[in-house]
Amino acid sequence: MDFPVQLFINALIAGILLGGFYAAVTVGISISFGILDIVNIAHPAFIILGSYIAYIANQRLGLDPILTSILVLPAFYYLGSLVYQVYYLSFEKRGQEALRGLAFFFGLLFVTEVALILVFGVDYRYVQAGYIDTTLRFGFFDLPLRMVVPFVVSMLMLGGLQLFLSKTFTGRAINAVAQDQLALSLMAADPIRIKRIAFAISIATASVAGALLIVIQPVEPSVGREYIGRVFAICVLGGMGSLPGTVIAALLLGIVESITSTFYGPSWAPAVAFGFLLLTLAVRPSGIMGR
Amino acid sequence: MTEPLLKITNVGKRFGGFVALDGINLDVAPGERLGLIGPNGSGKSTLVNCMSGTLHNDTGTVTFDGKPMNGLQAHERTHMGLARSFQLPRPFHSLTVAENLRVPLLYTVRIRRDVPHTKDEMDHRCHEVLSLVSLQHKANRLPKDLTQVEMRKLELARAMAADPKLLIADEAMAGLSGSEVKDIVALLIRLNERGITIILIEHIMAAVMSFSQRLVVLVSGKMIAEGDPQDVIRDPEVEKAYLGQ
Amino acid sequence: MRTWQFFLVSLAVALAVFFAARLYQNDYLFFAGYVVLQFIVLATAWNILGGYCGYVNFGSAAFFAIGAYTTVVMTKLPAFANRNLPPEIASFVGSITPPPIPVLIVLGGLVAGLVGLGTGYLTLRLRGVFFAIATLALAVVLQTLIVNWDFVGGSRGAYVIRPATVAWLGIGYIEYLFLVMLVLVVVSLTTARAIERSRLGYGFATIRDDELAAEASGVPTLRLKLVATTLSGAFMGMAGAPFPYYIGFLEPSSAFGLAYAVNAIAMPMIGGTTSWVGPLVGAVLLGTLQQLATVTISSAVSLLIVGLLLVFFVIIAPNGIIGWFQYFSSRKSTDLKEQPAPVKSS
Repeated sequence: MDFPVQLFINALIAGILLGGFYAAVTVGISISFGILDIVNIAHPAFIILGSYIAYIANQRLGLDPILTSILVLPAFYYLGSLVYQVYYLSFEKRGQEALRGLAFFFGLLFVTEVALILVFGVDYRYVQAGYIDTTLRFGFFDLPLRMVVPFVVSMLMLGGLQLFLSKTFTGRAINAVAQDQLALSLMAADPIRIKRIAFAISIATASVAGALLIVIQPVEPSVGREYIGRVFAICVLGGMGSLPGTVIAALLLGIVESITSTFYGPSWAPAVAFGFLLLTLAVRPSGIMGR
Repeated sequence: MTEPLLKITNVGKRFGGFVALDGINLDVAPGERLGLIGPNGSGKSTLVNCMSGTLHNDTGTVTFDGKPMNGLQAHERTHMGLARSFQLPRPFHSLTVAENLRVPLLYTVRIRRDVPHTKDEMDHRCHEVLSLVSLQHKANRLPKDLTQVEMRKLELARAMAADPKLLIADEAMAGLSGSEVKDIVALLIRLNERGITIILIEHIMAAVMSFSQRLVVLVSGKMIAEGDPQDVIRDPEVEKAYLGQ
Repeated sequence: MRTWQFFLVSLAVALAVFFAARLYQNDYLFFAGYVVLQFIVLATAWNILGGYCGYVNFGSAAFFAIGAYTTVVMTKLPAFANRNLPPEIASFVGSITPPPIPVLIVLGGLVAGLVGLGTGYLTLRLRGVFFAIATLALAVVLQTLIVNWDFVGGSRGAYVIRPATVAWLGIGYIEYLFLVMLVLVVVSLTTARAIERSRLGYGFATIRDDELAAEASGVPTLRLKLVATTLSGAFMGMAGAPFPYYIGFLEPSSAFGLAYAVNAIAMPMIGGTTSWVGPLVGAVLLGTLQQLATVTISSAVSLLIVGLLLVFFVIIAPNGIIGWFQYFSSRKSTDLKEQPAPVKSS
């Protein structure tokens, strides 16, 4: 039996495109968890929120989802700011992040999902846009535009963020605050404000990621939970807070998931992420006691 | 020539590209009072962590009481008789002061006995250790009700409650007044007279000089001097490292 | 009060509750009450790992479902044996499976406990947050596995026939399930309370307070965490084992339902995590509240209320309801004869 090369290559391409999208989904966690050490497991909820907002704008106003997400960015940024403020005052200040901070974010994740179910029901929602049904063909390579466009947008967003983090004062301060809060405050930058900005940025990325998600696939409220394993697996494998690392890890996961999906069926996809997660956790030496 | 109680051979530890410890060789004789000094960032705490098992050394071996410790977890080393106090006090904040001391009794001393402590035995032992550090009047208070100084004493007391053969006191005296420092030094010397080997890591030179029988200096992960305290502090290398202090 | 005394007293209380419920001659009381009792066990189980040790488990639904699906497997075995095994063996298998509910509970507990042990072993040497994330992922993966496993019905679900009465006791089956769950509640509360007062309880508290210092004091933290994970998982599995008989038709979305994940966390955190009383209070209050809300409004709204309460309490009242009581009542030292409880509110 000859190896289905065509199928394999298309699965590979799909995996790369998917991985690019996963990077957009994960970059928020790379910032909030990788850099700031805040375990925001509610991140997927913000993404789904972004998806539904894009859906409404698309349905009512005919707006392109990605355009919507950019218009809504400031609102998400503000929301992230607010959430961090609550988190900081209730937990970080009191040193209670471990148990109660986690429960807080879990509560947010849960409330968002149930609220969406109440408002929109459990039916799948999708968007209409010119490029969604178009597929470019090169010989036997298939490039579905609904995957290519998110890939491109995602790479642009990550590139922009990487520039921001490495070239601007605020961006470098964000990296610094993770390592040495005291030194940062001595440099006349308020560490709390810097962390708030960083967290707000991470939630803002969810707006874009949500739009990309609903371009790629129809969404319903519980889709967010499938992504929790993925984003943390990618974040850890990618080196916790390194954006280039996030991209590489995301591509890797996308490829493995796509190939598994193509050859073994799509219902096994969540298990792939879990396997990845366990593998990445096992690879870290057991001598680590936190960072 | 008696076997050293603690034998550190060629121990090294890196964090990524940063070399925290570089080929440390150190023997500690049973019953000895060893002082360990060095500027901030010299690797003192890393060395303590590698001795106690909180961290694992990348190279070299740590041998305690003739047994190799590489790979052993911290709690196993404590069971064997190696106890340490933490530089920044880490009390169990939901337990009272007395209950904080019960933990090493329940989990370390208990291992070495055939029968569990009775309640009276435990109360007695807790009280005993608390009075050594003058904290008995706060036995039923929570750590959050203690002053900084009292927390440091609790930290030391908890290490002592584990009945160690070797006690590592990691900067236990920071922030104490002159007379309090003298009290702790006297306490440590009394413990030593009971047979406990003690490694004292300190910045307070008066304490180090009056306590140590032998002095070791660590700079940038390397041991640059070792020997009689009076000789060591006059060593030009040591003076250079501490220029201005 | 010694542990065995507490056990007998609570058993007596449980029996009193049972007979009082029978007086009402209304099966609905048993149906609704069963759910609340189930939640008491789940909340208590979660609290052993979460409240005592400080390690959050987001995958309570997974352990609950393991118990439920172990039972489903047992009910499917006779038919499977008839189709695939020689007649003598098949009839033997048919005679011992499915076993009575108490045996199913033990089995469910065993399997769930093992899974808890495995998950813990893989992730507990790292930071607590990785364990929490792994439990989330575990729930998703387990659901995927079940959905793909035709033997237990896959995504179509499985029917479990519930007998009408329990002949040797002379009571209806739902009353029997209620009684069984009552006993499980007594066992779990007694266990939780016994842990609190024991050496193990001190060990758990130190892990929660400062794991590094615990290790330095000689506490074998990994071993204790594994004990907590195994116990916690086992009790959750035990709570799930009778569920297929209760509900009659089990499908993955109800076994792995959202309700279990959030309630297992919300009930102890709202009730109070520092003692066995917290999960009990939280489960009874929230469980009853949800039953009322489901009947009057909708089940989705009742879940929303629970989620909002969780967020609210976690921000405003970190020590839960029993924390409020401790705050408002004067602090007197209790029984002088026994050792003070190692787990205290901060």
